[in-house]
Amino acid sequence: MSQPTPLIAGKEVEVARLEEYLDRATDEVFNTMMGVRCAPTPIGPGANRESISAVIGLAGALSGSLVLQTSSEAARRMAEKMMGMAPEEVDEMVRDAVGEVCNMVAGAWKGFESSLASGCLLSTPTVVAGSSYELFNQKAPIRIERGYIFETLPFTVTISCEPQG
Amino acid sequence: MSGTTVLIVDDSSVMRKIVERALRQAGLNLTKVVEAGSGREGLDALAREQVDLIVSDINMPNMDGLEFLRQIQSQGLAAGVPVVMITTESGEEHVREALSAGAQGYIRKPFTPDQVRERVLPLLVTA
Repeated sequence: MSQPTPLIAGKEVEVARLEEYLDRATDEVFNTMMGVRCAPTPIGPGANRESISAVIGLAGALSGSLVLQTSSEAARRMAEKMMGMAPEEVDEMVRDAVGEVCNMVAGAWKGFESSLASGCLLSTPTVVAGSSYELFNQKAPIRIERGYIFETLPFTVTISCEPQG
Repeated sequence: MSGTTVLIVDDSSVMRKIVERALRQAGLNLTKVVEAGSGREGLDALAREQVDLIVSDINMPNMDGLEFLRQIQSQGLAAGVPVVMITTESGEEHVREALSAGAQGYIRKPFTPDQVRERVLPLLVTA
């Protein structure tokens, strides 16, 4: 079922367009910072059950969060591609790298939409590691959940938010 | 160009390393890299180190990059030293705010070494 078109800072912005911006932003970040392409893929059952999640808070024109959720293996691979060295475990460097990827995806995503570029503010990233936790606000009127794959590794990005004002 | 001492201010240690690598790939001969995890640590670093270039994130806890810039100006630290902001914020208002606070350059993340070269090297030539 399609979601109603939200008003963001007084402008109608289709959710499908926000999804398209997320696809472009994610690929741009992976291509520029890691030298790999990143394509949308269906989200499988039980994806990222044991996972690393990076959370960016959104404030201003939108209130909510952008969450990047990935397996430990994909998180280590992201850090390796960014830093040029392979971490053996999910350590502080890996968590930091995943947080920065999430931060850049959020910044690039809102940069594609003029009503968000200056009107939506980002928090610093918070990274959570573990399993069996729920990060999303189920009542948020805008919910975008996209699966992606780089090399052979899947991850998800979820935006859960509400327009303000 | 002789060696350059750079202060890199970012709350992410991964980004500090990536920025350092990008500066080297851009052709800078970095003789010393001073790292700081916040604007407050950046001010402490400037109190004890002489640097030729400052590269700072904006969105940081414990004093963000814009307040760091304002403090540099008001305290008269690092006079004549070029400051480049590297940040995920791309809105025109953010760029204007950074430039009016005293930054000479602005690079949006994600960035390529070519973008770093284009924005940073001219500042060092004219500094």
